[in-house]
Amino acid sequence: MSISVKNLSKHYDQQKAVDSISFEAHPGRILGFLGPNGAGKSTTMRMLTGYLMPTSGNAEVSNQNIISQPIEAKKHIGYLPENTPLYTEMYVKEFLRFVGETYKLNNIANRVNEVIKLVGLTPEQHKKIGMLSKGYRQRVGLAQAIIHNPDVLILDEPTSGLDPNQLVDIRALIKELGKNKTVIISTHIMQEVEAICDDIIIINKGKIVANDSLKGIKKAYHQDSLEEIFRKLTA
Amino acid sequence: MYAVFRRELFSFLSSMVAYITIGIFLLISGLLLWFFPDTSILDYGYAEMGGFFSLVPYLFMFLIPAITMRSFAEERREGTYELLITRPITVSQIIVAKFLASLVLVFFSLIPTLVYYYSISKLGFPEGNIDTGAVIGSYIGLFFLGAAFTAIGIFASALTKNQVIAFVICAALCAFAFLGFDYTSQLPFLQNFQNSILSFGINQHYTSMSRGVLDTRDLIYFITLTMLLLVFTKVIIGGKRS
Repeated sequence: MSISVKNLSKHYDQQKAVDSISFEAHPGRILGFLGPNGAGKSTTMRMLTGYLMPTSGNAEVSNQNIISQPIEAKKHIGYLPENTPLYTEMYVKEFLRFVGETYKLNNIANRVNEVIKLVGLTPEQHKKIGMLSKGYRQRVGLAQAIIHNPDVLILDEPTSGLDPNQLVDIRALIKELGKNKTVIISTHIMQEVEAICDDIIIINKGKIVANDSLKGIKKAYHQDSLEEIFRKLTA
Repeated sequence: MYAVFRRELFSFLSSMVAYITIGIFLLISGLLLWFFPDTSILDYGYAEMGGFFSLVPYLFMFLIPAITMRSFAEERREGTYELLITRPITVSQIIVAKFLASLVLVFFSLIPTLVYYYSISKLGFPEGNIDTGAVIGSYIGLFFLGAAFTAIGIFASALTKNQVIAFVICAALCAFAFLGFDYTSQLPFLQNFQNSILSFGINQHYTSMSRGVLDTRDLIYFITLTMLLLVFTKVIIGGKRS
């Protein structure tokens, strides 16, 4: 499996932001990470990507331990942080080239053009990132996450703040990427989960309260509306 | 690491930061050295650069914080730090890359001042009557002083998300490292330790290099100080992760 998390915890003083969670994610499946605000979704993703140090527990990404082999693990991860931070003073291509260089890719210029095409950035490719609309920035964010063709994609709210047209495009793109990668996305939009996710984890107050396939969870709760299940588990 | 270094350097060069800070540095040092009578070489009457070399550390106290204040503070405020740290690069590599990019800018600001050396040596009587050894020593001293100040700046920038605070902390620490120990050593109850206290300050080692004598002790002092600050930076950054 591509991601295996064991008893991962993150404590801030007394507060347990993430409380000993364990789960697995598999290639070719998109895992939806759901939970109310402050449930620990972003914190978990930040630990997996090496931005935060876990208080305890462990995780492996593509069989690389994130604590003992962080550099190796990071090579296998593509990450889109929450709110899509980007160097706004850089040009789109310049930025993607920089990201490619940090992974020591060969033939960077070609790869940059490839991902620009893949995420649909072609009309805006010569602009500064600061000049782009939110939808296109999101695409730059996705482009930098996939430029090194990682096995694992971790996307923190990749569709927040997009208009309905952009939403459809980005979802289609994520679905396409999910065919041969392991993808974890966090989101608040239940229709989105229905549309693209294969598996679901619902997390509340730092603990996993449901971990099942989309069909499985509906069966288990005799309920067809994901929203109802979400409310029942987290309210 | 090279990728980060290049990005940093280009971001200095593509924003106005580099041109404005270097331009103002050259303007002020030029005015003080050639124009204002109190400090002007022309009024002083001796063909030497001592005045310039005793002036630059004070200019660096403002120039260098202006260059380094963004390095970590801005990235952490904008959230781009998260983009950087999740790449397969170590924290040490990021710190060194940022340090070197800023240091290159400091180096760039010093290069045009070689014109002063040329002019003064031409003005000497007989022509070329200038203590070249002392000038070379002073430039090397100035470069190491710049490196130490840059390391202080990177450290200050790692402490906070606010660039203004980073600037002020850096300027204060630079001033203290340069002069603070000299003043402290003059306190009456510390008189017995005067020499050892003085040897902690940058000023003493810088002055000694300005004489044109390259003492390994001075070099070791500057290298240790710079490395120590970069290590502190790593500790601070590491602490923010947990």
